[in-house]
Amino acid sequence: MTPRTTANFHPASALDYLPQPELELLQLSRLQQMIERVYERVPLMRTRMQERQLAPQDIRSLADVALLPFTVKTDLRDTYPFGLFASAMDDVVRLHASSGTTGKPIVVSYTKQDVEVWSSVMARSLAACGVHGKDIVQVAYGYGLFTGGLGAHYGAEQLGAAVVPASVGNTDRQIMLMSDFGVTAICCTPTYFIHMIERAGQMGVDIRKLPLRAGVFGAEPWTEGMRQHIENEAGIKAYDIYGLSEIIGPGVAIECSCQCGLHIFEDHFLAELIDPETGKTLPDGEEGELVLTTLSKQAMPLVRYRTRDITALIPGQCNCGRSIRRMRRIGRRSDDMLIIRGINVFPSQVETVLLAIEGTLPHYQIILTREHGLDRMEVQVEVTPALFDDTVGSLEALEQKLANALEHVLQVRVQITLVAPNTIQRSEGKAKRVIDRRQS
Amino acid sequence: MKIIQLSVFAENKPGQLIAPCRVLAQAGVNIRALSLADTQRFGILRLIVDNAATAREALEMAGFLVKSTEVVAIEVPDRPGGMAEVLQALEDATVNIEYMYAFPFGQGQNAVVVFRFDHPDVAIACLQQAGINLVAKQRL
Repeated sequence: MTPRTTANFHPASALDYLPQPELELLQLSRLQQMIERVYERVPLMRTRMQERQLAPQDIRSLADVALLPFTVKTDLRDTYPFGLFASAMDDVVRLHASSGTTGKPIVVSYTKQDVEVWSSVMARSLAACGVHGKDIVQVAYGYGLFTGGLGAHYGAEQLGAAVVPASVGNTDRQIMLMSDFGVTAICCTPTYFIHMIERAGQMGVDIRKLPLRAGVFGAEPWTEGMRQHIENEAGIKAYDIYGLSEIIGPGVAIECSCQCGLHIFEDHFLAELIDPETGKTLPDGEEGELVLTTLSKQAMPLVRYRTRDITALIPGQCNCGRSIRRMRRIGRRSDDMLIIRGINVFPSQVETVLLAIEGTLPHYQIILTREHGLDRMEVQVEVTPALFDDTVGSLEALEQKLANALEHVLQVRVQITLVAPNTIQRSEGKAKRVIDRRQS
Repeated sequence: MKIIQLSVFAENKPGQLIAPCRVLAQAGVNIRALSLADTQRFGILRLIVDNAATAREALEMAGFLVKSTEVVAIEVPDRPGGMAEVLQALEDATVNIEYMYAFPFGQGQNAVVVFRFDHPDVAIACLQQAGINLVAKQRL
């Protein structure tokens, strides 16, 4: 089969079908160039390679990537803001940031070429979902420091589609635009789209009767149950997209029309699966932690970045004909990070805020639920003698103060509930910090 | 003239009222007055008892969060204008009423209203000057 003759083929997708030997040659030459670049320009990387007595010329094959040190999220925090940059600020054209564990964000940067690469992988992502130049694409990811909005925007524009940069929120207006403009594809978090479906129902709009045909959903893990719900209720195809700001943003991997795993854009991102405990590389098919190395990033190349996402590489070729490998959909993580409305939240952030405000750490519990398709975060805090006051006003002020401080750090709306002492369940003396009641 | 009131934190769910009352019953403490301030999410049970020290100890032993507050109990004549006279006495003083609640007192003609003021001493001085009857701790 020559994929270029299939009905679904889009010119933007040509690189998805690169024969394996050509792909590997491209990957190796890009890997070697990138390692030279970070060795020369990023002190942390040079030190770590020298500790292992590694020089750039020691990377002779793709398998040699396993010789290189891992990069972890705390490396980005410890070098805040610009410590991992491999380009001068003169060459940087964009900065994005995501939430970090101590209130300081994690900063990522892009050169002009990086933005072009990002646009191209996003264009290939949308093309794999059957989106093309004649589509009207509503981007309902947040625009701003978060990579979701602008990433999808540039990709859709590169395809030649008409972009509706709606950003997130104001659901009634989103539905009105979708209906009035005849939007044919949407990009947002799956939970936000479920919320849109419900709101549309209340507004008397049947999304199934609109021209909308495809949804590209990501920024948080979602289940097959959610997919079925979305596809049935909205009459569209729902595709899973994967990405992370540290690597580039959305557009690292995408489902195709087969919806059987996400194709990784391996010409730009080298994927490995490791055992999260031992750090050993695992063969295709085995479940482990996804580790990504950027092959073409200039401003902030990352070597063996531990994503903490648990998946498996799927052996064998996909029915769509793409040669780039697939990974299983992400179901869980190897750390305690929570994804709430597409925002990364660590329980330790909640702890830091409570500690900062109260001076001591009260017992607390995070309870996650899903209401009308939207994640809801409640933090129950046990009232201590020092916090207790006998007027309603002062306790309500305390709730408000805690909620404001948490929202400021987490960028997620938080409902604070004060509870009586010793009411939060403890197992072996330690409180269970997170109760996740979000169901598919 | 100030009276010790005990406040107990209560979550807004079934069984939250009876539990502290049971503890007080077992400790042989008599509840003289009580009021519940509630919001959608939590409540504060306020109690005036015959033996505050015993009550507090028993409640804390049972794991309740207890706070002692000084309140002022005022005898209000049980007739039209009775309450207005009391509030009139406070009007010119720079004290704020944080909250108040009333309860019938003994068999007499008068009701007792419990006030928490932001400045109880100023309030007491004003009330006494206006000839308002304050209820002493012993009488409760």
